[in-house]
Amino acid sequence: METTTSPKGMTRRQLLSRATAAGATFVVGAGFIAAPDAAWAVEMKALSPETFATLTQMARDIYPHDKVADEYYATAVQMYDTNEGAEGIEAGIAGLNEAAREAGFDSYLGTLWEADRVKILRSMEDTDFFQQIRSGLVTGLYNQKAIWPIFGYEGESYSQGGYINRGFDDINWL
Amino acid sequence: MAAPFDLNDDSVVVIIGTGAGGGTLGNELAQKGISVVALEAGGRYLPQDFINDEWDSFGQLAWTDTRTTSGEWRVSRDFKNLPAWIVKAVGGTTTHWAGASLRFQDHEWKARTTYGDVAGANLMDWPIDPREIDSFYTRAEEKMRVTRTGGRPGLPGNNNYKVFEAGAKAIGKMEVSTGHMAINSDETGDRMMCQQTGFCFQGCKWGAKWSTAYTEVPEGEATGNMEVRERAHVARILHDASGKVTGVEYFDKDGNLQMQKARIVCVAGNSFESPRLLLNSASSMFPDGLANSSGQVGRNYMRHVTGSVYGIFDKPVKMWRGTTMAGIMQDEAGHNPERGFVGGYELETLSLGLPFMAAFMDPGSWGREFTTALDSYENMAGMWIVGEDMPQESNRVTLNMDVKDQHGLPVANVNFSDHPNDIAMRDHAFKTGMAMYEALGATRVLPTPPYPSTHNLGTNRMSANAADGVVDKNGKAHDVPNLFISDGSQFTTGAAENPTLTIVALAIRQAEHIAAEMSRGNI
Repeated sequence: METTTSPKGMTRRQLLSRATAAGATFVVGAGFIAAPDAAWAVEMKALSPETFATLTQMARDIYPHDKVADEYYATAVQMYDTNEGAEGIEAGIAGLNEAAREAGFDSYLGTLWEADRVKILRSMEDTDFFQQIRSGLVTGLYNQKAIWPIFGYEGESYSQGGYINRGFDDINWL
Repeated sequence: MAAPFDLNDDSVVVIIGTGAGGGTLGNELAQKGISVVALEAGGRYLPQDFINDEWDSFGQLAWTDTRTTSGEWRVSRDFKNLPAWIVKAVGGTTTHWAGASLRFQDHEWKARTTYGDVAGANLMDWPIDPREIDSFYTRAEEKMRVTRTGGRPGLPGNNNYKVFEAGAKAIGKMEVSTGHMAINSDETGDRMMCQQTGFCFQGCKWGAKWSTAYTEVPEGEATGNMEVRERAHVARILHDASGKVTGVEYFDKDGNLQMQKARIVCVAGNSFESPRLLLNSASSMFPDGLANSSGQVGRNYMRHVTGSVYGIFDKPVKMWRGTTMAGIMQDEAGHNPERGFVGGYELETLSLGLPFMAAFMDPGSWGREFTTALDSYENMAGMWIVGEDMPQESNRVTLNMDVKDQHGLPVANVNFSDHPNDIAMRDHAFKTGMAMYEALGATRVLPTPPYPSTHNLGTNRMSANAADGVVDKNGKAHDVPNLFISDGSQFTTGAAENPTLTIVALAIRQAEHIAAEMSRGNI
């Protein structure tokens, strides 16, 4: 689905007026998904917003970090929002929703407890689709420099002269 | 004649690869006035080019040409086309290595005699006595400016080391230090002092760590006797009707096939590419591959018994700060069969950045068991196991005729399975490492499986008798009078030590041998 409405520049009220809830943590509109408080929004290029929202939830359920905001998971799965790959992703998410229905839920996003969603994912973890998403997240999520400070990781240090004068041996609790 | 050399100049020594073996050998020969053409498959990256970023650096330096894998090792499942994390660049894996520079223990030169007959292992003594190599170790340590040798001070301990040392002492271990590192610990010499930057694996941006890329190679080039051709991928070694090698065919940087004549060929492409090249050089005279009358080319692949232990504490460690591997515990390095295995192991400090920790901590794992460990990344300390693994004939590099590289050449398949001795040693090392961290109050410890290999050894092994191995005590092929192996693939056994210092010592020794034999007119 091509973007027809840009969420950029919209007020929170305008954005939310164009969107409906998707699961507990996202709203979807025409060509975008956003946080319920409109703190962030991501535009889709090829995937349906419902699929993208489901994919984002799936990413969090695979690598759940409570201190990492949804925005970073949405950024991580943007690599799958391509014209070439969309068909396979839509089919994979359709399979995920089917597995959720077989487990007695309305959909994957309608499965409210993480433990129930994880059971659904475990049932399909050997599929190519699951492994494609999981393996892509290893770099898609953890190589986002923006999340490194959440884990305390400091990244590049050469430009600051290394740590020779910045605490390479500053441990104080031994 | 001075470099550059003509393709038809058949007086040159051709060296394939410019890492610890090839780069050192090239410089040593060039210093003696011998003409050298070094063919390097990768490009040239220097400290100003290195990148303090794990994935970006991997993209810059790592050998990512296709290889395939088989066997029971977990690497074959998790990283099926990446059996090793080694480098394709001028300087080879000396750009990436951590700098740990340890001499073999005397008994490790005589593994078969010391350990006896180990079922399923293809153990053999090196045809070298420990005292024969002493002076070459000393020369290697001087060249590389190894700490705690030649009066040089040790490196200071970083946060990760302080946890490691305290844990080792808490369980009664005595031989703990910041080790012998080819990383400058003072301002003397040509290289800068270590600035405790971390990112040792990504190429040292200060040039404090020894790498042939900015030591041996430019020193050799400065003599006018050594020419390095970058992005030159050797396809085949050629020979004449008498069985002597006459030159090599290689694809140049534009993908064109060239032929360089040679008086002597020295192969130093690491333990995957060196046997692959010999096997790809099969001819009607050598139908099983060049120098392979023993059938041992590609066999006895060793990668050290590795693995990591990460400990999570209730307070920050920030293990990534400072020199990555300046920390070693050697109490378990000796041969003590009462532990249930032969040979020994070292424990060495290690850290990965967050991106590589996510990729390598437990490949394929997901869910909260995995992510809660990463949540504590800042509070983690880490160490690595380096132990002697058993050579096995079935652990081997072969040609995969179904998969071709960008030049149309069959790629290397690497088959590996642990020997029971390897498993027993790893289990013991895991328990020792975990006890070190638990003694300090670690709230969680993670025995982490081996990464893609960095120490690749043994696939063209050295033997006293031609029937048992590929090269003699000087690294010369048993079957071919002017063909040498100059890298870690000539290792008869792997010992418990990081291999680079021994590769360099053997290269210095081989240069002496080649120069002497050339002056005598024997080759």
